[in-house]
Amino acid sequence: MSDTRIDVRKTYKLYIGGAFPRSESGHSYVVNDTKGTFVANAALASRKDARDAVIAARKAFGGWSAKTAYNRAQILYRIAEVMEDRRPQFVEALRQSEGLTAARAQKALDEAIDRLVWYAGWADKITQVVGGANPVAGPFFNLSTPEPTGVVAVLAPQESSLLGLISVVAPAIVTGNTVVVVSSYARPLPAVTFSEVLATSDVPGGVVNILTGSAATIAPWLASHMDVNAIDLTGVAGDVELATALEVAAADNLKRVRRAPAAEPDWSVDPGIDAMTTFLETKTVWHPIGV
Amino acid sequence: MSSPFEYAPAPESRSIVDIKPSYGLFINGEFVDGHGKAFKTISPSTEEVLSEVAEADEADVDAAVKAARRAYTRVWSKMPGRERAKYLYRIARIIQERGRELAVLESIDNGKPIKESRDVDVPTVAAHFFYYAGWADKLEYSGFGNGNPQPLGVAGQVIPWNFPLLMLAWKIAPALACGNTVVLKPAETTPLTALLFAEICQQADLPPGVVNIVTGAGETGRALVSHPDVNKVAFTGSTDVGRAIAKAVAGSAKKVTLELGGKAANIVFDDAPIDQAVEGIVNGIFFNQGHVCCAGSRLLVQESVADEVLERLKRRMSTLRVGDPLDKNTDIGAINSAEQLARIRELSDIGEAEGAGRWSPACDLPSNGFWFPPTLFTGVTQAHRIAREEIFGPVLSVLTFRTPSEAIEKANNTPYGLSAGVWTDKGSLILHMANQLRAGVVWANTFNKFDPTSPFGGYKESGYGREGGRHGLEAYLK
Repeated sequence: MSDTRIDVRKTYKLYIGGAFPRSESGHSYVVNDTKGTFVANAALASRKDARDAVIAARKAFGGWSAKTAYNRAQILYRIAEVMEDRRPQFVEALRQSEGLTAARAQKALDEAIDRLVWYAGWADKITQVVGGANPVAGPFFNLSTPEPTGVVAVLAPQESSLLGLISVVAPAIVTGNTVVVVSSYARPLPAVTFSEVLATSDVPGGVVNILTGSAATIAPWLASHMDVNAIDLTGVAGDVELATALEVAAADNLKRVRRAPAAEPDWSVDPGIDAMTTFLETKTVWHPIGV
Repeated sequence: MSSPFEYAPAPESRSIVDIKPSYGLFINGEFVDGHGKAFKTISPSTEEVLSEVAEADEADVDAAVKAARRAYTRVWSKMPGRERAKYLYRIARIIQERGRELAVLESIDNGKPIKESRDVDVPTVAAHFFYYAGWADKLEYSGFGNGNPQPLGVAGQVIPWNFPLLMLAWKIAPALACGNTVVLKPAETTPLTALLFAEICQQADLPPGVVNIVTGAGETGRALVSHPDVNKVAFTGSTDVGRAIAKAVAGSAKKVTLELGGKAANIVFDDAPIDQAVEGIVNGIFFNQGHVCCAGSRLLVQESVADEVLERLKRRMSTLRVGDPLDKNTDIGAINSAEQLARIRELSDIGEAEGAGRWSPACDLPSNGFWFPPTLFTGVTQAHRIAREEIFGPVLSVLTFRTPSEAIEKANNTPYGLSAGVWTDKGSLILHMANQLRAGVVWANTFNKFDPTSPFGGYKESGYGREGGRHGLEAYLK
């Protein structure tokens, strides 16, 4: 009798509306580690999956944006807690996806969790930092407050599969937007693991929807979708032609666009607040005084 | 029917304004000829030709951008903020000193009533320059640019004809305060106050090239926004043109702000002070002939008070005086152009054809010029084109609702999201509505108020970015 155990191979699914459906297309693709060894099958998201994800995100928007900032902060912090619980799984996913040593994978995970905690703290501060009262020259009381833009399509970075992912998803949701994320094509495992964390945290279904697959295939549908309010093109960094085409498509309903950088940014530096403010609107409310 | 209490005419004198027979482009501190075919600008209230204006072609736009680049690199971006501030303060003061002249010229070229150009536009223009002048040496406190805010470079700015001078101020004041230089294209029907502003720049000894004004129509604007050496594009105008600009700058590094159309809901609850609400409705839609992107063009009135509101609204509309923009008693001036008048007529006819009830007070319109009486439509539903499309004229669509949630649903049922109005005595309802409305500006128990300190701009297809206030600096800093 051989003592060789046959491992259980995994076929991962999409994460839409808090559930894990297979791709509507029935397609999946093979995910290899950095040495070319088979790791798992991932779902290859289709146009229909993207549209379903937008519907789920839109449905979740009202509830998520109406939560108190304190509550959203707690939920983001809760995601970080659950990630801590799953350290070994994330470390393994990072080693396979990014070819990191155990020590470096641990460090990358630490940074990702810390970034999430950092963003969690912004939920109830961003309004005070970017909003305010305006000293109108007249008998009026007027306040400007930031509000979420709506449904944001996020093309996650291709290289940094976890820290990069958190660095584009967290700033969009912490302020009350809901997102449809296209994960790194070649390195989807940390995103899949993240979706399992989301499903067991307190994040309402539909707030984050994760599609594994090709940004080049899915992104045009998201960029031209009339019920998507904004798009983050980070995931197509360096592909000027695709980024331009997506930006042109996004103009149809005047989506807010976070442009693709020339190359993938260094995610370890302080991200600043731009990633949050890009997906915020400013609402100014006026009322007369003394009448 | 003429009123038994007719007013005697009270025209403002035109003698304060000296309109030249022709104007060139303002490039590098001087007026130069354009290469395009000169065009005429007329008074919309009389159709009288006021002047010939140069049209800038691509080469002219290029010359203006080069002048702006030179001024940016050599002078303006190097100048300490406190010195830039003093130029802006100078400009603000000159605007105040020449306020009457600017107001009269604006009313002649645009057709808006003198009481608005004199009491709203020009004072607000001066206030904008004052407000942003003070920011020029305080940018590190603005919260932008991570503690070391830097200008972007050359700003290409395209503005509409509804508030020619005010839109110029909204664009130029923050751009210059932040250390950028500008090339601005005013609308082809209303270039004259921008050209007078060019003279004001000369009078203020503003370094040549810091402000350049290129006149022309769509082609000139296109050349400007797509010029490769422009770092920042700012546009106010129609959503269609905004879309085209967003496409034109796609893939470039140009920073863009767009302030586009709107179809604001003005929501009146049954506990609102009705007389104040009626004033607000009138101000919301008939201010500036309804040529206002944030105009309250959809009146949503609670069913229980609809009849009463309508009756009082009609009575109030009957007292509006339409006519000579230079008459101090005029409430509603001329429609800005024959083209715009045709669009207002077309959409109004469609409203009638689709079954809405059209009503205007009896009013005599002058025989020359472009005129449209204040008009309201009753029995409008959300499917009607007059309830969906921006008319940009003195035309009000009246819809009704029963509950706050129905009002919110109807108000938000538009691709636009620029502004909204709420009228109720109940504070908690105001705050609830303000939270739910997807619009960049919400006026509660007031309407169409503007102030340099207050950010203005839209959600959704009403564009992106904010103008005014601290937020307005963001568009001009990196």
